[in-house]
This record gives sequence, C-alpha cells and structure tokens, in this order.
Amino acid sequence: MAAAPDIASPALLDAFASRHRLRAYEALPWLAAIAAYFVFPDYLALGAQILATILFALSLDLVLGYAGIVTLGHAAFFGTGAYTAGILAANGWGEPISGLVAAGAAAGAVGFLTGAIILRTTGLTLLMQTLVVAAMLSELANKATAITGGADGLQGMDVWPIFGVFRFDLFGRTAYIYCAFVLLIGWLAVRSIVYSPFGRSLTGIRENVLRMHAVGSPVRHRKLTAYTISAALAGISGALIAQTAQFVGLGALGLERSGTILIMLIIGGVGQLYGAFIGVTLYMIAQDRFSTIDPVFWYFWIGLFMIFVVMFARGGVLGLLTRARRKLSRPS
Amino acid sequence: MADLLPAAISIAFHGLALAMVLYLISVGLSVTMGLMGFVNLAHGAFAMAGGYAATTLMGRYHLPFAAALAGAILIVVLASLVLERLLYRRLYGADELDQVLMTMGLIFMTVGAATYFWGPVAQPVHPPDLLSGQIQLGSREFPAYRSFLILCGVALVTGLWLGLERTRFGAQVRAAVDNLRMAQSIGINTSQLFALTFALGSGLAALGGALGAEFLPIVPGYALGNLVYFLIVVAVGGRGSIRGPFVAALLVGTTDTAFKYIAPELGAFFIYALTMAILLWRPAGLFGHA
Repeated sequence: MAAAPDIASPALLDAFASRHRLRAYEALPWLAAIAAYFVFPDYLALGAQILATILFALSLDLVLGYAGIVTLGHAAFFGTGAYTAGILAANGWGEPISGLVAAGAAAGAVGFLTGAIILRTTGLTLLMQTLVVAAMLSELANKATAITGGADGLQGMDVWPIFGVFRFDLFGRTAYIYCAFVLLIGWLAVRSIVYSPFGRSLTGIRENVLRMHAVGSPVRHRKLTAYTISAALAGISGALIAQTAQFVGLGALGLERSGTILIMLIIGGVGQLYGAFIGVTLYMIAQDRFSTIDPVFWYFWIGLFMIFVVMFARGGVLGLLTRARRKLSRPS
Repeated sequence: MADLLPAAISIAFHGLALAMVLYLISVGLSVTMGLMGFVNLAHGAFAMAGGYAATTLMGRYHLPFAAALAGAILIVVLASLVLERLLYRRLYGADELDQVLMTMGLIFMTVGAATYFWGPVAQPVHPPDLLSGQIQLGSREFPAYRSFLILCGVALVTGLWLGLERTRFGAQVRAAVDNLRMAQSIGINTSQLFALTFALGSGLAALGGALGAEFLPIVPGYALGNLVYFLIVVAVGGRGSIRGPFVAALLVGTTDTAFKYIAPELGAFFIYALTMAILLWRPAGLFGHA
C-alpha cells in the first residue's frame, strides 16, 4: 500500500481547483475537424455523419460512462429526434435550427417519461427495459405508416437553408460545418456537466450507489436528470443526421444502432469524454473503407475486434494510451 | 359469435407451437443467466447455427430429418463447449457491460459468417413427408408439423423438469443457482457444471432453431433480430428458473399469435408493453427471486 496522499497539500488542492480547466490537448479534436475539412474535401458527407454520430456517442457516455446506466436502447432517443426533425421537414417546416430544438425537446420528453418508469430497476432488468422501450418505439414507427412512412422510411423531407442563407449543398460542406458547430455546443454542455458537482455525483452513483444513498444524494433524481439530458442530446444527434441525409428510416430506432453506438464508444473508451471522438471516427472510417471492399465480412471483423477489445484492451484506445503513458513515465 | 371458438382454438394451437420453439431456445439462456450470471446476448446465435446446420445437412448432404437434427445438435454442442472454454469462462463474474460487448461481438461475427457461407436469403426447411400436410383431430384439421412441434416440446419439457428434479446433476444445478458459494464449498465441481449446462442449453437452442425455422426464418440477422423475444421470455419468466420461461413462452407465444390475428395493426407493441409492466411489477420476473 502506498501512503495515503496528504489531502491538504497545496499541489493536490491546486489539482482539484484546476481539474475542469481546458487543456491544450482538448483542442486536438477540433483542430483535426478543421484540418479534415480542407484535406478531405471529397469526404465531407461522411465527415458530417461522423460529427453527428460523435454527439450520439457523447450522449451515451453521459449515461453509461458517468451515471453507469448500461443501456441497449439508446437508439430510442436518437430515432425520436430523427423522426421529429424528419416529420417537421416533410410537413412544411424545414427550418433546421428549430427542428433541432424540437427534436431535442421530444427526445428529452421521451427520455424523461420512460426514465421515470424504468430507472426504478437496475442491472439486467434495466437493460431489458431499455431494450423494450426502443423496441416499442420502433414498432410504433413501423406501424404508423401514415406519419412515418413505416418500413419504407420517411420520404419527402425539405430542409431549408440554415439562417435562410446556407443551403445544404451536394458536397456536404454546409452539413459538415453545421454538424461541427452543433457538436461543439453539445460537447461544451457535456463537458461542463461532467465537471460540475452534479457530474461528480453521477460518478459517485456509478462507483458506489449505496454510499451515495448513505450520504443523502438523491440518486434516482440524479439518474433521471442525466438520462433526460442524454436523451435530448441523442435526439439532436438523430435530427442532425436526418436533416443532412434528408431521410429517416426504421434503422434509426433499431437495436443494431443501439449496439453499434455502444461498440463505438467502447472502442474509444468509456467515461473519458474523448472516447466518443476517437471511437466513432475510427469505427466509421473503417466501416466506410471495409464495407466498400467487402460489405459481408465487415460484420465478422468488427465482431472479432470487439471480442479482442473486451478480452485484451479494456478501456478502449484511451485506456491503452493511458497504460502506455504510465509505463513510459515509470522507469522500471 | 359462431366463429369465435374456432378462432380461439386456432390461436391457442399456433400460439402453443410458437411457445414451444421460444421455450426450447430460451431455457438455456435462462439457466446461463441464473447460474453463471452471464448476459449471453449471443444465445440466439446457437439457435441460428442449429438451423443452418440442420438445413445444410438435409439439403446438401441429404440426411434424413432426424439424423440432421441430431447432427445439428452435436455440432452446436461441440462448438459451444469450445466457446465456453475460450471466451465465456473468462468473463464469468465480470462486468455486465463486458459480457454485453463480448456477446454482441459474437452476434456480429455470426451475421458476417452466415452471410458469407449461406447468403442473405432464408434457408428453406423441408420437413419429411410424414410431417407435412394436415392431420384430423376430432372435427378439425391441424397442420401436422406444428402438432409434431407441440408434442416434441411437451416431451422435452417433461424430460427437462424430471431431469432437474430427479437426477444428481439436476440437484447440483439447483444448488448452484440458489447459492453458488455454498455449492462450491460442499464440493460440487461448478466449473464443470457451468460447461455442461452451457452445452445443454446451446443444444436445446440448436434444436429449437432447427425445428422452429417456420416461425423464425433462418437468416443471417437471426441472433440480433430475435434477441428481444428470447430476452423477454427469460426476463419475464425469471432467470435461473426452468418453469418461469415456460410460462413466459406460453404468454408471449399466445399473445403474439392472438394480436397478429385480432389486431395486426398493433404488431408486437402489446408484447413489449406487457413485458415492461411485468418487469415493473416483478423486476426479477414472474418466477425469479431477486
């Protein structure tokens, strides 16, 4: 056992006080996003998808990585947002920003209502409940063909230019910048939540729920708040993808989407804020490359890779980096 | 009003047949979850493998129906023993999330492999002549194959229950479900027990997958597409129980059939709502103990 650190030491106090400050490396994802815009002008449509999906993964990280809620139904909120924005745009209201707000509100409302019911349960039962909620919404969208287009998907979306000026172009330039800005706002929101006292109490709930009860933390209330915020962010992410692709299909609510976003987040690293950025980018670029070469075997390899990550690389890419850094800094 | 009774009989019949398939596939999952505490999302992949093995043995190698079934079970049991030793065993007692991810990875692998070897189309099933057509029961006719399915299911359920209640192995399984540490302390070889029950559950799933291809078509997306159904049966029934999933399978099978008949516009919505309600009322399932 190492000696307990002196909690009154100035160095430690300083570390606590500056914990939430922006660090230089936190600019890296944004520099990369700006560089990608100029270096890969032919891939901006894919880039926009990646940026929007990062927001989805970030929303999942808030509930999974910080509040410790294992969910297999996060696509419920993504899909709710996508359909909200899609239905608005297909019925004569194509203004994108208000579409995002409406999508976030709708998904947040669904998150609040279902969360209020299902967050009473824990563990496997909770996992089942999240799965069932998503399945219910998917079945609803499948059967309400008059509104959603059912299995054919929602057709005829007409998204207006952003601020009435910036038209969504064929190359995805507008979409890319649009998604980048929304992601920036979403990331700032999640970051400040995570470092706030509220965020710390979420981590406490994840690490030791009994102790949090014991110190009088309103556990269920906190979880529900996190769940609602996360649902709203997931909804905004879904709306971004719906608006930029001008299409919403049943896949937006499917189990496969809930599963793959989980996989992307795990590949990057859970509960570390930047795992979403790394995991989604790696996954989606690999998917884009490999599925053009061999679409059939893409599933096989990603499955194998997943098993590898679970068995040998817990903590994902960020976990590996941390371990490598520790090894280098400790000369043995 | 006059045609209400025939409709009810027909719903009960087809619902029962579906319930048998669901039970055969899910009972192994229930035991795995109760005994090892393992969230095996890939359980449906064993059922799918059974389906592919049986149809291939029949179609390509022209084996008779019964031999193909036996072959399919054997193949899946052997494969599951290998997987248990290589992958599952390492994650017993691990984090729920790790188990979810590992088995999700397995599902994706099976999707890719099945598409590669068999293509995206559903595999055709050809029951033997003896089991095709209709049989006369009283004044009504029933499809022979589904009647066979129900009989098969009943026989297996009885065998399973007797085995669990009356044999030494069954007693060991019950002991380990109730109190794993105590079971280990009195000298039960739980690691062997885990492997055997895992293999047994996979074998039953393979049989269910092969027999139930009429209800759940053998396609590459099988394990993912039907996952919700299998999990519902286990969660509603109560994991670790053998009887619970049977009741749950009956419930799911008949309600699903009834709603497809009475209110097709609702689809599977009602099943999901029912599952949610039951899990709120009894989080550990109808027959599970928390």
